[in-house]
Amino acid sequence: MSVKATTAAQVARKVMDNEPLFILDVRNGDAFADWKIEGGNIQYLNIPYFDLLDGVEEVIDQLPKDRDILVVCAKEGSSIMVADMLADEGVETAYLSGGMKAWSEHLEPVKVGDLKDGGELYQFVRIGKGCLSYMAISGGEAAVIDATRMTDVFLNFAQEKGAAIKHVFDSHLHADHISGGRQIAQATGATYYLPPADAEEVVFDYTPLEGGFEAAFGSSKVEALYSPGHTIGSTSFIINDQYLMTGDILFIDSIGRPDLAGLAEDWVGDLRESLYSRYQALANELVVLPAHFMIMDELNEDGSVAKKLGDLFNENHGLNIEDEQEFRDMVTKNLPPQPNAYEDIRKTNMGKMTPEDEMQREMEIGPNRCAVR
Amino acid sequence: MTADKVLDAKGLACPMPIVKTRKEMKDMDSGQVLEIQATDKGASADLTAWAKSGGHELLEQQIDGDVLKFWIKKG
Repeated sequence: MSVKATTAAQVARKVMDNEPLFILDVRNGDAFADWKIEGGNIQYLNIPYFDLLDGVEEVIDQLPKDRDILVVCAKEGSSIMVADMLADEGVETAYLSGGMKAWSEHLEPVKVGDLKDGGELYQFVRIGKGCLSYMAISGGEAAVIDATRMTDVFLNFAQEKGAAIKHVFDSHLHADHISGGRQIAQATGATYYLPPADAEEVVFDYTPLEGGFEAAFGSSKVEALYSPGHTIGSTSFIINDQYLMTGDILFIDSIGRPDLAGLAEDWVGDLRESLYSRYQALANELVVLPAHFMIMDELNEDGSVAKKLGDLFNENHGLNIEDEQEFRDMVTKNLPPQPNAYEDIRKTNMGKMTPEDEMQREMEIGPNRCAVR
Repeated sequence: MTADKVLDAKGLACPMPIVKTRKEMKDMDSGQVLEIQATDKGASADLTAWAKSGGHELLEQQIDGDVLKFWIKKG
């Protein structure tokens, strides 16, 4: 029996469709505890591959017979070995092609909706890491927001849709993933915008993105709304008075953390003002589209991550803390661990470091951890 | 750090650094030290976890350019 490869795209589809899956994760226990393939209908068994070198007999009893089994490791080598050993014992499994690295890099485009003045809005769900990017297309022109470093996906998508990318925005200087914004702008001749307050140490040319700025694409427009707090430059976007891209300020089930540039105490007041004043002044009908999700429960049935602002004011705990001191404590104390290599990721996004592709992959391993709940 | 034996696992991808380390260790006596040289970045966490689960002691690890070096004492 030979072992089958399953691609990250196939696994993403299963997760979004809530299909049953059994994952035999053969990475070491720490790696599994830190970060794994999440899904509502997934069962797990974690046994490191190095504990299976003498044979897989003891595992077989623990594997189900009524659901597909996917063997997963960091890069794929160990999962192929284990899947082969299981095949020799007559147990049919598949391995995840490219391992967790491929899972971390997979982007699933999901259509969020139509633009009222003509056009479409797509969300690119990086399901393994929880990053969300956007492409709005209207009249053959496109605007891209918070693109990840898998730039080919965005370039090819725009080409398929027959759209020329005109504007490329980053809502802030990211600390959890490497931005693909600058590369996309270079490849297409688009303008690359970055909030200047986040870009003091940036070593490349960019167009400063100030609150109140408006950019047209086709018959639609995107407006910038200054909303600091996650970083001092954090800027939100409103497209056609329909959609609100909140960056890392507001998520579906949590809010942004103010500490990744080391200034939690300084920025907590800004975060409060953005969430409790600036966003309060906006229309409840706006559909919130964040730059991240943290848990699979934040996904809608179609795989998108989106909810009306009015609903979030009712349901999101982080928007319902009346006491300022309590709010301050929540976002500055008991914070989750910081994202992997976040300082080097910030330097890379400033252009101060230019790591090779393999190094960029290593730097981004793990969950995004941009939120507090 | 001196070693009784040196294993060159440079250029090998996971799972081979561990597979080879394990094989070398089988032929060694308790208390002897194996030096492992690897370039696969995953080797660091995996060798640490493997040594622990197998009752061996990871004495030291160093980074020399692209090469990760480990000294493991057989338990």
